[in-house]
Amino acid sequence: MIVRGGQRVLVQGITGKQGTFWTGRMQEYGTRIVAGVNPKKAGAVHCGVPVYASARDAMRETGFDVSVLFIPPLGVKAAALDAIEAGCRRLVVLTEHVPVQDVMEVLAAARVNGAAVAGPNTAGLVTPGECFVGFMPAFERGIFRPGSVGVVSRSGSLGTLICLNLVQAGFGESAFVGIGGDPILGTTTCDAVRSLDADERTDAIVVVGEIGGTMEEEAAEYMQDMRKPAVAFIAGGASPPGKKMGHAGAIVMGDKGTCASKRKALEAAGVEVLDTPSDVGRALGAALGRG
Amino acid sequence: MDFEEHAAKPLLEAAGIAVPRGLPARSPGEAESHAAAIGGPVMVKAQAPAGKRGKAGGIRAAGDPAAAREAAEAILGMDVAGHRVESVLVEEQAAIAAEYYAAVLNDAASKGPLVMFSSEGGMDVEEVAASMPDRLRRAPVDIARGLDLASARAMLDGLDLGAGEASAAEAAAAETAVADTLVALYRAYRDNDADLLEVNPLARLEDGRLMALDCKYTLDDSSVKRREALAKSGSPERLTGLEARGQALGLKYIELDGDVGVLANGAGLTMTTMDVITHHGGRPANFLEIGGEAYTKAKPALELVLDNPGVKCLVVNFCGAFARTDVMTGGVLDAWEALAPSIPAFFSVHGTGSAEARTMLRERLGVTPYETMDEAIAAAVAAAREAGEAGKPGRADGRETGAATGREPDGKADGAAGRKAGRETDEAAEREAGRKTDATPEREAGGEAGGKAGGAS
Repeated sequence: MIVRGGQRVLVQGITGKQGTFWTGRMQEYGTRIVAGVNPKKAGAVHCGVPVYASARDAMRETGFDVSVLFIPPLGVKAAALDAIEAGCRRLVVLTEHVPVQDVMEVLAAARVNGAAVAGPNTAGLVTPGECFVGFMPAFERGIFRPGSVGVVSRSGSLGTLICLNLVQAGFGESAFVGIGGDPILGTTTCDAVRSLDADERTDAIVVVGEIGGTMEEEAAEYMQDMRKPAVAFIAGGASPPGKKMGHAGAIVMGDKGTCASKRKALEAAGVEVLDTPSDVGRALGAALGRG
Repeated sequence: MDFEEHAAKPLLEAAGIAVPRGLPARSPGEAESHAAAIGGPVMVKAQAPAGKRGKAGGIRAAGDPAAAREAAEAILGMDVAGHRVESVLVEEQAAIAAEYYAAVLNDAASKGPLVMFSSEGGMDVEEVAASMPDRLRRAPVDIARGLDLASARAMLDGLDLGAGEASAAEAAAAETAVADTLVALYRAYRDNDADLLEVNPLARLEDGRLMALDCKYTLDDSSVKRREALAKSGSPERLTGLEARGQALGLKYIELDGDVGVLANGAGLTMTTMDVITHHGGRPANFLEIGGEAYTKAKPALELVLDNPGVKCLVVNFCGAFARTDVMTGGVLDAWEALAPSIPAFFSVHGTGSAEARTMLRERLGVTPYETMDEAIAAAVAAAREAGEAGKPGRADGRETGAATGREPDGKADGAAGRKAGRETDEAAEREAGRKTDATPEREAGGEAGGKAGGAS
C-alpha cells in the first residue's frame, strides 16, 4: 500500500491525545485530512475538520480514500469494520496489541470488500514531500526526502533509522511502507515489495525485516525475478530463541523465523543482506550500479 | 500465555469435549488420596506449561493409590524444559482404541484460523507431518463463517480413523464423532481467544466415545486484557527479578548475559542495536524496548538497565517516530542524575524531537550524541571490553559521579565542566580500579572532530 498526496484521509479517533497531535503533524506536512470520527463528539469540528459518529457518516458526508485508526486495541475491530463497511479501500491500523482473532476478522472483511489494510502495529506510510499517514517523523528532513528508494519495514523505529541512513548517503525515498510488527498483518512484506515494484517513482527497494514468521522468505521468492535492485536488513540475529522481542511477531520457534533462514532466502534471490543499517547507502549504490 | 494441562482441560469440557476425571496434586500424599478418590488405575502427569513431559519421564501409570504416591514422588521437582514441576494431575486411566491429533491455531499464512487433524495421535505433529504427511489434514477456516460440521467432515475424507474391521455404520459414527469434536474444539478456540488449542492425543475409547487425554492451550497475549479471569489460571512467564520489575512497569525487558546495556525505542531498533553490538564484537546485556506509549517511561527503564550488575557501559539509541526523543532523553537524564552511575554512556539520537533532545544532552550532561548508531555502538563495545579487561565492576554504589558520555561537545557546553570536575573527585578510585575512563570525551573528541564536521546535521 502506498499513499499519495491527493488522497483524502479520515482519522478515526481524531479527538484523542495521539489522534489530535498526529493529525496536526499530518496536516502541517500536507496530508489531506478531510474528517474525523468519534461517536461521542459527532457534529464537532476538531483540527479544523468535521467529526462524525461513524466512518459511514463520514463517507456519506465528505467521502475519503484512506482511514487511519488512532483507536485503543479493543476498539479496533468495530472501528475497522465500520470503515470497511463504509466502502473504505485503504486502512492504516496503528494500534499495537489488537487481539489476533479480531485482526483476522477485520482482514476477512477487508478481503471480501476489496479493502487493503496496513498493520496492525504499523507506524504508518510516508511519501516524502507529499503526505504521511500514521506517526512517522516525515517532517524530519534529515530522514525523509523525496527520492526513488522504496522502503518496506516491519518496524517504525528501525525503518526510520534506515531512512536516515539513506538520506545521509545521498538518497531519498519514493515511499515508506510500514507494514507492522504483528504476527498477522494486512499487508505482508511481499505485498509491499510488489507495490513498490509496480510503482513508477521507485527505482530500488530496501526490505527491513525482522525475526519471526516467514514473510521475508516469501518476499524473497518474488524478488528472485524482480528487475528493480534491492537490499535488505533483518533485525534480531542476536536475539535469544523462544522469546517475543517486543513485537508480537518477532519470535524464533525452533528453526522457524530465524535471521539465518531469511538471510539465506534473500541472498539466494540476489539481495544483499546488510550486517548493519549504516551500510544501506553503500550497498544500495552497489546494487544500483549493477542494476 | 501458556496454560498447564489441568488449567486448559476445563475449556474443552465447557465446549462439550469429554476429558478424563482428574484432580491436581501438589504433594505425593495428595496424589495418593486423589487416586483413592478416583478409584482404579490412574495416570500421574507432570504439570508444566511447555516441553515434552512424556519423554522426560513426567507421565506415569499407577495401578493403585500407593503407586500414585510413588509416581508423584518421582515426578514432583523434576525439570521439564527448564520448568520445575510443582504439581501433578492425577487422572483416571482410559481404555484407548485409537489416538488422533486435533488442533486449531492462528495461522499467519492464511491470516485466519487453521484446523489440523491427524489420524496419528500421541506423537509430535511435526513428526507426522514429516513421515506421514497423507495422514495430516489442514483446513484454513473463514473466520466470518466459522467451522461447520460439513467442512469438518470434509477434512476427514479418506482418512483411516482406525475403526478397523468395524462395520460401515461404526466407521461413519466414528467420523461423525470426530467431526463434532472438531467443531467443538473450534468453538473453544474462538471462545477463549486462543493462539493455539491442541488435543494430543484425542482418544477414541473402546466404548466408542472420544476423550481429550491431553490439552495444550496458549492464550493470545493481546487478548489477556479481555480474558482477565481466565488469565489468572495461566502460567506466568518465568522471569528474572529484573524482568519481573520490567513487567510490573509495563516494559518489555529481557535479561541477557552480555555487558553492554541497551536502551532503545521500538522493538525493531532495539533488536538492531543488539545485532550491531554483536556485529562489533560486543555482547548486549539486555533487550529493553520503550516503544509505543512506554516511551514516557525512560527513567524507570534506564534504572532497570543500570541495575543489571553485568552492565559495563550503556548504549542509548533513539530514533523517534511515535516515540518523542526529547521526552525519552528527558527521562534518561532524570535517571542518570538520580543514580549517577559510574559507567560510560554512548548516545545516538535521531527523529521526532531530536533537536530538543540534543540540546538537553548538551546542557544537562555535556555531551553531543554520535552522528551514527554504529559509531556510538563501536565506542561502547570498546569501552565494555576495556572495563572487562580492567575487571572493574559495572556499577559502583551510586556515589561515584558519572563519567558519562557519548562524545565530548565542542567545549561550549556549560555542563561539561561540572561533569568533569565531578568525575575527577573520584579519580583516585578509578585509578585504583585500574581504569582511566577511556570511553569518555577527551579522547573521542579529537579523533572524531572531522567526522562531526562532515556530519549531516
